[in-house]
Amino acid sequence: MGAAAFVFLLALVAVGALAEHIAPYPLGKQDLQNVLSGPSRTHWLGSDVLGRDLLSQLLYGIGPSLVATFEALVVFLVIGTTFGIVAGYKVGAVDAAISRVVELVQSIPAIIIILVVLGVFPSSVLAAMVALGVLASAGLVRVVRGSTLSVREELFVIAARVSGVGPARIMRTHVLRRILGPMLAQASVFAGLTLVVQAALSYLGLLSSSAHPTWGGMIGDASRVLSRSTWPLFPPGAAISLTVLAFGALGDALRDLVADRAVTATRRTVQPATAAPVDGADAPAPPASDALLEVRDLSVVHAGAAGPVSLVTDVSLSIYQRETVALVGESGCGKSLTALAVLGLLPPGLRASARHLHFDGARLDPGVQDTYRAVRGRDIGYVSQHALASLDPTHTVGSHLREVIRRHEPMSRRAAAIRGVELLEQVKFAEPEQVMVVYPHELSGGMAQRANIALAIAGRPKLLIADEPTTALDVTLQAEILALLRHLKNSTELGILLITHDWGVVADMADRVVVMYAGEVVEQADTDMAFTHPRFPYTLALMSANPSTADHGSKLPTVAGRVPPPGSWPVGCRFADRCPHETDECSAGKLALEVADTGSLTRCVRAGSLLAAGALPR
Amino acid sequence: MTVERGRTTGLVGESGAGKSTLAKVVLGLVPVVEGTVGFDGAEISGLPAVRRRALGARLQAVYQDPLSSLNPSYSVFWSLAEPLRARGISDRSEIAARVGATLEAVGIESDSRDRRPHEFSGGQLQRICIARAIITSPELVILDEAVSALDLSVQAQILNLLRDLQAQRSLSYLFISHDIAVVRHCCHDVTVLYQGQVMEAGDTVEVTDSPAHPYTHALLQASPVANPVAQRKRQLPAPTVAAPVPTGRSSGCVYAPRCPFAVPECHRRRPQLREIAAGRTVACHRYPEWTEGSTTSRVAYTPAQRL
Amino acid sequence: MAFLPGDAAVSLVGRNATEEQLKQVREDLGLEQPVWAQYGQWLEGAVRGDLGNSMINRQPVTAQLNGRLAPSMSLIVGATLIATTLGVAIGILGAQRGRIGRVIDSGSIGGLAVPDFWLGLVLIVLFAVHLGWFPPTGYVRWNEGVGPWMRSVALPIATLSVPATAILARQTREAMSTALSKEYVRTLRAAGIGECSILFRHGLRNAAIPVVTVVGLVFIGSLGGTVAVESVFAIPGLGSTAVHATATRDLPLIQGVVVYFTLIVIVVNLLVDLAYRYLDPRLQSATATDGAFANSGAAP
Repeated sequence: MGAAAFVFLLALVAVGALAEHIAPYPLGKQDLQNVLSGPSRTHWLGSDVLGRDLLSQLLYGIGPSLVATFEALVVFLVIGTTFGIVAGYKVGAVDAAISRVVELVQSIPAIIIILVVLGVFPSSVLAAMVALGVLASAGLVRVVRGSTLSVREELFVIAARVSGVGPARIMRTHVLRRILGPMLAQASVFAGLTLVVQAALSYLGLLSSSAHPTWGGMIGDASRVLSRSTWPLFPPGAAISLTVLAFGALGDALRDLVADRAVTATRRTVQPATAAPVDGADAPAPPASDALLEVRDLSVVHAGAAGPVSLVTDVSLSIYQRETVALVGESGCGKSLTALAVLGLLPPGLRASARHLHFDGARLDPGVQDTYRAVRGRDIGYVSQHALASLDPTHTVGSHLREVIRRHEPMSRRAAAIRGVELLEQVKFAEPEQVMVVYPHELSGGMAQRANIALAIAGRPKLLIADEPTTALDVTLQAEILALLRHLKNSTELGILLITHDWGVVADMADRVVVMYAGEVVEQADTDMAFTHPRFPYTLALMSANPSTADHGSKLPTVAGRVPPPGSWPVGCRFADRCPHETDECSAGKLALEVADTGSLTRCVRAGSLLAAGALPR
Repeated sequence: MTVERGRTTGLVGESGAGKSTLAKVVLGLVPVVEGTVGFDGAEISGLPAVRRRALGARLQAVYQDPLSSLNPSYSVFWSLAEPLRARGISDRSEIAARVGATLEAVGIESDSRDRRPHEFSGGQLQRICIARAIITSPELVILDEAVSALDLSVQAQILNLLRDLQAQRSLSYLFISHDIAVVRHCCHDVTVLYQGQVMEAGDTVEVTDSPAHPYTHALLQASPVANPVAQRKRQLPAPTVAAPVPTGRSSGCVYAPRCPFAVPECHRRRPQLREIAAGRTVACHRYPEWTEGSTTSRVAYTPAQRL
Repeated sequence: MAFLPGDAAVSLVGRNATEEQLKQVREDLGLEQPVWAQYGQWLEGAVRGDLGNSMINRQPVTAQLNGRLAPSMSLIVGATLIATTLGVAIGILGAQRGRIGRVIDSGSIGGLAVPDFWLGLVLIVLFAVHLGWFPPTGYVRWNEGVGPWMRSVALPIATLSVPATAILARQTREAMSTALSKEYVRTLRAAGIGECSILFRHGLRNAAIPVVTVVGLVFIGSLGGTVAVESVFAIPGLGSTAVHATATRDLPLIQGVVVYFTLIVIVVNLLVDLAYRYLDPRLQSATATDGAFANSGAAP
């Protein structure tokens, strides 16, 4: 699209420059035999009221138009860039003054100011274009200032300043590079605008009415003979629209070109998943029926352009009433996706499937939203990591609570309000009535998380899924929130699925631990066993890498490398590459969870021999 | 507070404590309102911009988010060469040699130097940021939450790398963190901050084993240890009530509104930092009385028994 | 202003007038005085609400322009209302499904590329010349009959609405997509809240904040659009007056239009500000509660 626009504009410039040589008729040549003719062999685009060839007129109109556009563009870029950079880099009084002027200029329609200018300099194209450039540059000042300001605060610019790089060099290397994209995009869109303004002014007869045709002037001529023929209206209108469209498309393309860079910065290289056949033989014993949540072989797949990529593979876990199960693992191992898949709330583009997903006896199907309707909020509550972002900023805490309460238990607004205060008391707010009328932004992080928990338990759920509920909080607040969750679990028989990366939080909260690595469960154990007798080498490695349990100043035992990203998972044990005990049998094929000596489940095929060799604690 | 040569000094505290502001002051990114910053015996606060810039080679920093610390438009080589060029080094072969050697020192293969930041993992990027910080052979490196965003296994790798580099190059670190467990593990000395005020300072093991300030004690208590048996004894017995903490300037101790040991004196008068042992200071009116009532603090943070 | 090539005196007495006639007219108009003195006098009057007299017909500028206000406002308010209704509806629809979104994006680019005056002419050809549904040009005052008034403003309003709708549809779509991708939407879904409430009670409510700004911009954009569109449809409004005044170099009259435009812009911005304050609670309580609960936040 952008390339086509660019080629079109290049062609336009070329045709405009060569108009005299390629136009079928000389400038101003009248053909009184063919007045107001439609498209014909002699006049490809027809002729006007004086029999002038419309195609030739269009071609002759290009040159002067583009010259005028160029004049406006120069003014626009020089003023916009200079003042934008100065305002963005010299924050303070200079910036404030420039911003005020920009606001003022931007608030009044440019066209009326241009009329004033044309009142003083009648029919002057140059005056009109300079005025337009000055007025429109306010927008560019804003964009450039914004980019400059944000680059200034980037860590890499701060790092450069710390290294002693001077302001002039920072401008040249970091700032200019960043603002180039938005600047070119703006300039392209502005070029389109100049054409429209020129056309409008010529149409209104406010620009020089010399013999030289202009696109706007052609429309003006056409408008005077509408009752006789409407055809001459269309060629110049289409020419203007197409050109403006091309400038707009070019601008969009330039913008995307810049945005692309930011996207690639976060994009991971994803390779197709090796399709693992669902094999029932290695599945653990059939689920016990008294579990609150029963998950068997839950998988999440990203339907990428290069084929599906597996993000979570065959996760199985169960949670009982009044039990806290911790789902532990490093970032990117699929813990959060597992939780969202259980709730049926995966982001678009991700698909979940499970061999068996039951909640309190009822079957849930990750592919069918309707199966969740009765469960979400009522039976399963959810608390996320970002306490403040989880609340709608335009609604009060009370408004949130009332809506959720009445969704699950039909009652009057007043009754819902009373229940809301109760809930806030339950999460230990000292002044619940006051919190009801408060907006999220007036809450601190810890308080917002309490409000989220109140919201999550509003439907009196049996299970709470808490995704890193305290990760973004200070430790003292974390301790408070964890104590609150423990209290709720004991007082309301709540089962909790706690997702965390922090082994301290696991030790504090969990009854049982499920350890995930690279999208699959590698170990499942009672909490004490997981800490004292891990049966998977990765779990052991994490335990010893934890500074909170290591000796002061000691060198931490580490495993080399990192978690492989989705798409590059090996066939056998996914930890094999990093494991100090790896042998050929580890990569031989798909591995199943086995029961270890401690009763834990482990996916380590060598657990027994490692135990015998003393590599795992006895 | 002071950072001793060749040692790691921790700066610990929660959000709003002013840790990062302090780092910016030391780095000359924000002006000093009151007080002075001395470096290698000379005062560096209030230096003119040009002379301040010259200090860049001796005073460096590593930040929490490695991806945004490197310009996505430039190669790793370019980012590493930038501080050298700022020093006026323009000899291409010298720059190439130093970039290669430094990358090797942080464990990055030097043939990946032409790649852009987005092609690396978080741990690798943090290694590259460390390489940029040490390429000019600085004396002091400020580590501003430099391992906070990293996963446990990668965090351990980076902590080990920092430890090795310190031994090889006699670097001094100012280690800023909200995680007292990490600070305890890797710092020689520690300063505890709360709302911009120093609560206590001293040798890390002494401060964390027997905190002299109730805030340090609270911080240690709240920080969970990865040992379920020990942690169950340390966890808060019952949920606390969330009441708004009064803010605004008071003439008393900044921690007094949250302090369980506060007496009227604490709300009236701000305690001064005083020395309680060699190299050990605390700002608390109630020290040492408060420690007598809570012997738990002594047993609480002995590192959990090794697995 | 004598240094300027041609002035109002020329447009008044014609190009063939004698030097004496011109001099006489210039004296009458005060054109013999230096520019800054003329401007000073004008400013002095403007502060008192007197924008001077037109150079051409010697009528007070304010009296002339007050009569032009109603037609212009009919067009602008009508276009803004239609564009807001249509644009927001299309935008919400577009935020729902991927393909519609792309159609809206390309449609809005097209809607912005077509020059408004040309679009007006095309509409005249289609609906007035060919179909005869509406009068091609002219304005009927609403007290002369509501039906004819509506018919007379229908085409100009439609003309102004096209680019305005394009902008609003695109901005609404973006604002809705942004609002619906926020974390609180997931939380609300997890709490069992229905899609309808999420779309309107939460999504639209949050999207409304940026959209209101765009409505203000669209209103001001339509104000600028009247300059060409009123000329096309021969509507006696502020815009066509400005064009006419420019053509005849009637500076006091143009300046008068600028003053009127400025006042309208100020009022609109004020209204947008008020709407903003109503829609965004973060602005309401910034000073009121002083964040009684908002101390000690999250870890870095």
